[in-house]
This record gives sequence, C-alpha cells and structure tokens, in this order.
Amino acid sequence: MLRIRIVEEELMRYYAEQEMRCPVHFCVGQEAVSVGVCQALAHDDSVMSSHRCHGHYLAKGGSLKGMVAELYGKSSGCASGRGGSMHLIDLSVNFLGATSIVAGTIPIAVGVGFSNKLKDEQSVSVVFFGDGATEEGLFYESLNFAELHNLPVLFVCEHNFYSVYSPISVRQPSSRDIYKVAASMGLDSIRIDGNDVEAVYLATQSALESVHSGNGPYLIEATTYRWVEHCGPNYDNHIGYRSEEEYLNWREKDPVATFEEKLLKDTCASKEFIGTARQQILKEIRDVVDYAKRLPFPDSSELAKGVYAS
Amino acid sequence: MQVSTDTSGKLRQITYADAIREAIDQVMHKDPSTYVMGLGATDPKGVFGTTIGLEGEYGPRRVFDMPVSENAMTGIAVGSCIKGMRPIMVHQRADFMLMAMDQIINNAAKWYYMYGGQKSVPLTIRAIVGRGWGQGPQHSQNFQAVFAQIPGLKVIAPTTPYGAKGLLTSSIEDNNPVIFIEHRWLYNQVSHVPQEYYTLPLGKANILRKGTDITVVASMEMALEAVHVAEKLEPNGVSIEVLDICSVKPLDEDAILGSIAKTHHLLIIDSSWVAFGVSSEIAAMVAEKGFDLLKAKIKRLGLPDVPTPTSPSLSKSYYTSEADICNAVCEILKTNLEATELGLSDFVNDVPDEYFKGPF
Ligand SMILES: Cc1ncc(C[n+]2csc(CCOP(=O)(O)OP(=O)(O)O)c2C)c(N)n1
Ligand SMILES: [Mg+2]
Repeated sequence: MLRIRIVEEELMRYYAEQEMRCPVHFCVGQEAVSVGVCQALAHDDSVMSSHRCHGHYLAKGGSLKGMVAELYGKSSGCASGRGGSMHLIDLSVNFLGATSIVAGTIPIAVGVGFSNKLKDEQSVSVVFFGDGATEEGLFYESLNFAELHNLPVLFVCEHNFYSVYSPISVRQPSSRDIYKVAASMGLDSIRIDGNDVEAVYLATQSALESVHSGNGPYLIEATTYRWVEHCGPNYDNHIGYRSEEEYLNWREKDPVATFEEKLLKDTCASKEFIGTARQQILKEIRDVVDYAKRLPFPDSSELAKGVYAS
Repeated sequence: MQVSTDTSGKLRQITYADAIREAIDQVMHKDPSTYVMGLGATDPKGVFGTTIGLEGEYGPRRVFDMPVSENAMTGIAVGSCIKGMRPIMVHQRADFMLMAMDQIINNAAKWYYMYGGQKSVPLTIRAIVGRGWGQGPQHSQNFQAVFAQIPGLKVIAPTTPYGAKGLLTSSIEDNNPVIFIEHRWLYNQVSHVPQEYYTLPLGKANILRKGTDITVVASMEMALEAVHVAEKLEPNGVSIEVLDICSVKPLDEDAILGSIAKTHHLLIIDSSWVAFGVSSEIAAMVAEKGFDLLKAKIKRLGLPDVPTPTSPSLSKSYYTSEADICNAVCEILKTNLEATELGLSDFVNDVPDEYFKGPF
C-alpha cells in the first residue's frame, strides 16, 4: 500500500515535467481496495481493470518498470508504448489488461471466468471498476450472465462517489445501494469500508471462499475517495464540484496512514522499519523513472506492425 | 455573411468553443423543446467550455448531467424526439458514443423511414474527437465515415467558429438525427462570429482559401493545416485552393467539382482513416463525375490503417504533417519544393501548434 502511494506521488511529481505524454488517472486515496483484494488472490487468479488501474496492476505484482516505461511511451513498456497509462497489462502475474472505456472490461472478465469454468480451472476472475461503470448496461448484462452460469467472477466496485466531476447524486438514486442491486440480481454481495485494508482483505477472502464453493459470482462494493483530480496530478477541490471539507474528511481516513498507525500500535512494525521501507520505495521508483526516461521510443517504422495477429 | 462589431467598431471575434456555446444558448432561448444532456454538461469545465452557464440560464430540467449510460440515454433522447422534443447530446469523446451505436443506427437513423415518415428524430449528437497528448486507441477516434455510411444520419464537421455556430443551429433545427463532430484542437480557434442568431445550410462547403493550381479538400484540423501549407507555398508559385467540406453528409459535390474545374488537380486530406473513408467517397465521386476535369491522379492523405498509438514517437508518424501535405501537392503538380526549406515541418506535435491558437 505504501509502495503504491509513494509510486503514485512520485509519478505525480514527475508528470509536471511533461514527459509522460498520456492521460493518467492516479489512485491516491484508494490504495486499500487494490491491496486488500489482491493480497487475498492466488497467482492464477486474474485481474482486469479500467482507466484508474495503477493500484490494481501493482498490487497484483505487475512490473513497475513495465508500467513506468509504458507511461513514458517507451517500446519496452508493458503494452509496447501502444496503450499508455490506461492500458496496463502484465500476463506474468495474470493482470490481463485495463481499458479506458468505462465498464468495457466487465464483460471481458466474465468471459475469462466463463473460460475458467469451461476448462475446469479453479482460478477466479476479478474485475475492478468504479461506481460510474455500474450505470452502463454492460454491468447488468455481465452480472446477469455470470449469475446465470454460476461463474467464478469477483466484481469489485470502487465506489468513490464521483465520475469525473459528476457526483453520484446526479447519476444514481440516493436511496439505492450498488451492492443491493447486485444482490437483487442474484449475486452474493457486500459493502465494506474500502479505506480499511484489513476489512477489504477479509471480505475478499470470504468472497473467494464463496466463489470456490460453487456459489457463483460475488460483488464487493468498497467505498473510498480519490484525492487528486480525475485525470492528472493536481488537487482540484477549488474548481467547485466537491468541497474542501468533504475532501478533508476523507483525508482523515487515509488508508495508508491509518494502517501504519495500527501496525505501530499493535507493534507489528517499528517506525524505523516503515521509514526504511519508505526510503527503499522512493529509491526504487526514482531509479525506475531514470531508467524509463533513458529507454528508446518505439521506432516509427513499427507503426503499422502488430495490427493483425500472425 | 452578417457582421457584428464590438464597441470599438472591430469585428466581433470569439472562439470555436464560445461559438458552440452561443449556438446552443440561442437555440434554447428560441425553442423550448430543446434540451442538453451529456456527461459533465453541468460540471465546472462545461465540456471544453461549450455548456458553461447553460444550466443557470435554462434550469436543471433542460440542461443536465447524466448517468454513464450512453446507450440508454440515446434511446431516451430518441423517445423524447417522438414526443416532440429536440435533444442535444454531447460526448466528451466520440469513442464513448460507440456504446450507443445500436440506438443511433437501428433507431435514431431509421425511425422516420421505417414507419413511413410518421415521426422524425431531430436529435443532435455532438461527438468530440480527442487527438493528442497520448489519447491513444480509445480516446481519439473520428468515426465520420462510419456515421456517414448510415442512411438517415447527417454528419457535420465544422472548422471555423463562424461555421461551428451556424452549422450547429442548423443541425439542431434540422428534423433528422445529426452527428456533429467537433475536434478538440479547434476550441481555441478564433474568428468573426456574428452575435445574431443565424444558420448555415447543411451540405454546403466553404472555400477557406482561394487558389488556382490545385484543390485541397479537407475538414476541421486538416483544413487548417492545409491553409497553413497554402500560405507557405503561395510565394513559391503554387496556388492552393482549400475547400473545407463543413458537412460530410450531405456532401457538397458541386463545390468540389466546381473547384476542380478551375484547378484540375485534387488532394484530399482525411481527418480519419483513409481506407474506406470519407476521402474514398470523395475520390470515387470525382472519378465518376469529374474524371475529365482532372489533369493528374488524385492523391489522398490521412490516417493509416492502424489504431491510434499512445506513444508520442508513434503518433508523430500516424498523423498527417505539413510536410506530408506539401510533398503530396508537389507530387501531384510535379513541382520540386523542399518542405523543410519553406518552414513546413514533418514534425507532428501531440498538442496544437502555435498557429492553432491564433486566427487563420
Ligand atoms: C463509455 C464511456 N463513457 C464515458 C467515459 C469518460 N470517463 C472516463 S473515466 C469516467 C469516470 C467513470 O467513473 P467511475 O467508473 O466511477 O470511475 P472513477 O474515475 O471514479 O475511478 C468517465 C465518465 C468513458 N471513458 N467511457
Ligand atoms: Mg467513481
């Protein structure tokens, strides 16, 4: 969690240099969902994601070098520079991909779960998406099929109360909960505090148990909050779509700081240990950025290569 | 053209974004059956500034944000059309509209025809093309040819602020579904735009720059690139006529043929993929109806048959450069001019160039 936080904060700082020339959606404030879920997964369980995918990718073990090189548009990026920040992939850890069209990967992940079932594989297909994605028809159609065929799919909705600058109140009825929609469609579902990494971890464990015991798909709605602007590295509470007060309330619930305090209090970790970890991570990401900047760009002669599979 | 001046007697100049905002504002003022919906339509950024203040003016019943539900919302717009409403929908990227393809193509486009003309669908959908800054494969696509192929749809692609305002008022007034394509590099363009309400006919091209040696048919950001190249070539003895089609469908065939009758040479620059594209349609039309007017082979420029790459090093060779245009013109006219010596770069930036900001 600390690693995702520091990586994101460092990338936010580097973004100002204008060398990462693609839209980037940072996940600062939402790290606990990525970490709590992915910690509970096995290597063979697969993960898919959306535009805000850095946390999911890193928590699943995706290569930091591959990610940063991709953000810098380099040929050794995890998507060969073709995709950018919204299209991370690392097949070696079963992070199967992220796309930039809202809800676009939900049915893809159901297709993965469908194949797991057809092939009698035990792995679970996990897909992360936002509250906005639950407004697309794709969400309902995918849940329906997953439930119909009792598929091993874990849907994780990161409910951060906004879609870009649009609050949930202008998009969904206030009296209705996302996890209950899933329940009414026949899925097992739960809502949890997405800023409490332990709660996320435990909920994921029991969700996986349920899926593995043949109960079919499961949906976790994890409430959380994005700290910086929808797309880009800046704080944008001043532009008027949300209040500074609301933001500060959520900052109080900082998932990383809260967990750190807990570890210290329970004497699971010392201040020194955390301090050293922080320094190591800082060095790691700075080294990776230096390295990524020096990598070659894809050659323009490669432009038309790779449109069709051979 | 009507003319407005400001208090100091100068011609009134506003941006493309403001021209769009003004068109919507004036249509909404005039026609209470119009309403605006789109993701972010009421947020502080107001869709590149094009919807700012409209909610305050016309209230939340007529200007509203929507769920991330493009397909259903398009159907809902169609439903309101058959009850006499005139919706204006906006998508921050044309790519998101793909979610609504079924409602656009199966319902909106055909509703009038398939019931024998009993109900029309006066729906305007603003589709923004998001080139640049690594928008990549899913945030940069221009589907002009895809939409133009569908019977029942009209497809408009304004280049200038003046055109944007007049064509948008006409699109909204039109009794058919209109796909109104905007290019985000154009929002800061400035030109004279009359204050008064006015319309421009859908299906009429505009000569952006007069010339005698070759006709360059283009639209939107590519029409501006062509004007820039024309300015550089003029002192070197090459006179380019830049014809801005303004409307992809209906296509102003007469204007295209009329210009070729004068120049006898044709270069078409597509703002989207060349293969099976709008430029293919124009070339085919000219081959059928204006073959005898031509003194040389037609050439086409535009995007290669490849998804938009994100890396800046690849997008540079993906998009059409000034040098590409200059070289194509020279090839057609069999003249030898060195693009770079004329200050025409083969560098394609991923953000709008200096001259994209100013008037042209
Ligand atoms: C189909 C589609 N519509 C609209 C968009 C524009 N868009 C990009 S991210 C986003 C926000 C979606 O909100 P949510 O799913 O809650 O994710 P969050 O950004 O909050 O993580 C929107 C609307 C898109 N990418 N795809
Ligand atoms: Mg959200």
